[in-house]
Amino acid sequence: MKINYIGTVIADNLSELMLPYFQDMVHAGFPSPASDFIESPIDLNKYLIKNNAATFLVRVSGKSMIGAGINDGATLIIDRSIKPSHNSIIVAAVDGEFVCRRLKTKPKLCLIAENKGYKPIYINSQINFEVTGLVTSVINQFT
Amino acid sequence: MSIALVDCDSFYASCERVFRPDLKNRPIVVLSNNDGCVIARSSEAKAMGVKMGVPWFKIKDRYIRKGGIVFSSNFAFYGDMSRRVMNILNSISPKTEVYSIDEAFLDFSGTEKNIGCFDFGLHLKNTVGRWTGIPVRIGIGPTKTLAKIASYQIKKRNIQSRVLVLDSQKDINEALKSTPAGEIWGVGRRLNRKLAMAGIRNALQLSYAPPQDIRKRFSVVLERTVRELNGEKCLDIEDVSPTKKQIVVSRSFAKKITNLEVLNTVVNDYVVRAAEKLRSEKQKSSRISVFIRTSPFDANEYYRAIKSYSFTYPTDDSRDFLYAVRKILPKIYKPNYKYSKAGIMLSSFSDIGYVQNSLFNESHTYKMDSKLMKVIDQLNLNQKQIYIASQNIGRFKPIQRNMISPKYTTRWSDLPLVK
Repeated sequence: MKINYIGTVIADNLSELMLPYFQDMVHAGFPSPASDFIESPIDLNKYLIKNNAATFLVRVSGKSMIGAGINDGATLIIDRSIKPSHNSIIVAAVDGEFVCRRLKTKPKLCLIAENKGYKPIYINSQINFEVTGLVTSVINQFT
Repeated sequence: MSIALVDCDSFYASCERVFRPDLKNRPIVVLSNNDGCVIARSSEAKAMGVKMGVPWFKIKDRYIRKGGIVFSSNFAFYGDMSRRVMNILNSISPKTEVYSIDEAFLDFSGTEKNIGCFDFGLHLKNTVGRWTGIPVRIGIGPTKTLAKIASYQIKKRNIQSRVLVLDSQKDINEALKSTPAGEIWGVGRRLNRKLAMAGIRNALQLSYAPPQDIRKRFSVVLERTVRELNGEKCLDIEDVSPTKKQIVVSRSFAKKITNLEVLNTVVNDYVVRAAEKLRSEKQKSSRISVFIRTSPFDANEYYRAIKSYSFTYPTDDSRDFLYAVRKILPKIYKPNYKYSKAGIMLSSFSDIGYVQNSLFNESHTYKMDSKLMKVIDQLNLNQKQIYIASQNIGRFKPIQRNMISPKYTTRWSDLPLVK
């Protein structure tokens, strides 16, 4: 696997954009040659969330989507403003319960799990079904 | 020129439903702090005959037996959902006035020529609904007062599109005729009674009244309402929310209080919270009011009292307000009553920048010492660490919220679960 270095991430507070401050002003002596090149640290919020008002976080319970890289206990970022299409991973309310599945619009409208132990959910008039939002990212935490 | 009022349908109840798909079409009520009264009802709960403000204990048994769902108020959650709705409105119409937690006025001028008010309203309603899960209705008219009337008519006529544009005089008159005077924006219960005595029972009748007469017999404010009902714009959209006129902190107690000293610590706690809020809004206040009351549902005699204290100099220092409470609370307190609720109100605001120097400053004010309050606020920002000695610190837990939903959108531990 090849890994590219992207940059430093702010880790202490997800919800605040930190502004770089000029520490060099405080000390006497030669200013750091880097101070002219200071940029804001990478902001995970900006990277993961495009539409703040429509974005919600949910927690996964179970292994139905393990094949899609969504572990039990993972945090999903869902954007309610993006219209899902065939093969989108979505969160939907099915008979009063939230589920995360892959949406199939053909040949028949259904929700499939990424785990052989789970049956597809076929959407018909007997089922109370509503798309909640599109899953845009998953956060699997390993520690 | 068109103004739209975007109004969230039974907002608190709708919030509770966003992460509970199992509650679709179920009656939902939300209770006030301390689970005292009903402060929000879903349409299903309204259909069951649950009235606004009714004490919870009065309807509890029957309501639950009939399958009703109840929640304690979860203001952290409602506040976040409100922020989302308002952000969307703001991004779509730059001239937006957030009027309350669940209402906003929007400037719709210009849309008449483009896609049309109704279609734009429909688009807005669908966007808010899809993005947040909160259903809204949108009343549109030439003035704020008429936009309010349009919103009321959507509710009253149960208009399925949830969007109503009042533009032709015929439509406006029809709407005014079927709007009782008490439902007009700015007409409260007392004014409604006075209007009824003058023979004015609906909005159409009020709109026919000569504005000058109304000014003479009632007020300039009502005169403005009459003009607005006639399509004359008197109230503009204020995109900067006007400075708040007052801060109120009041709670019912979980356990009734008889002792003055205990009452004092509880009231002091409210004062400190209110003063914190005051400082965070960069305001100063020159008047504090304290009220206490017993429960109106008690068998014993009902007692309530309120008293105010005015400072000659506006202040934002907690200690000034505590000083005032020490002065006035003993004056309204009477022994042998079981108090069930107390509250304080800070009013007569002025922005910090505009405070004039008074010739006679009270000797006890701490105004030279604003640094101390700043330090305390900083320390208390994330977690309460510093208290004033007379504050009630958890010796009594004044708030009871036994049926509160998770803080779905503001706490990691409370995120909704998906399977």
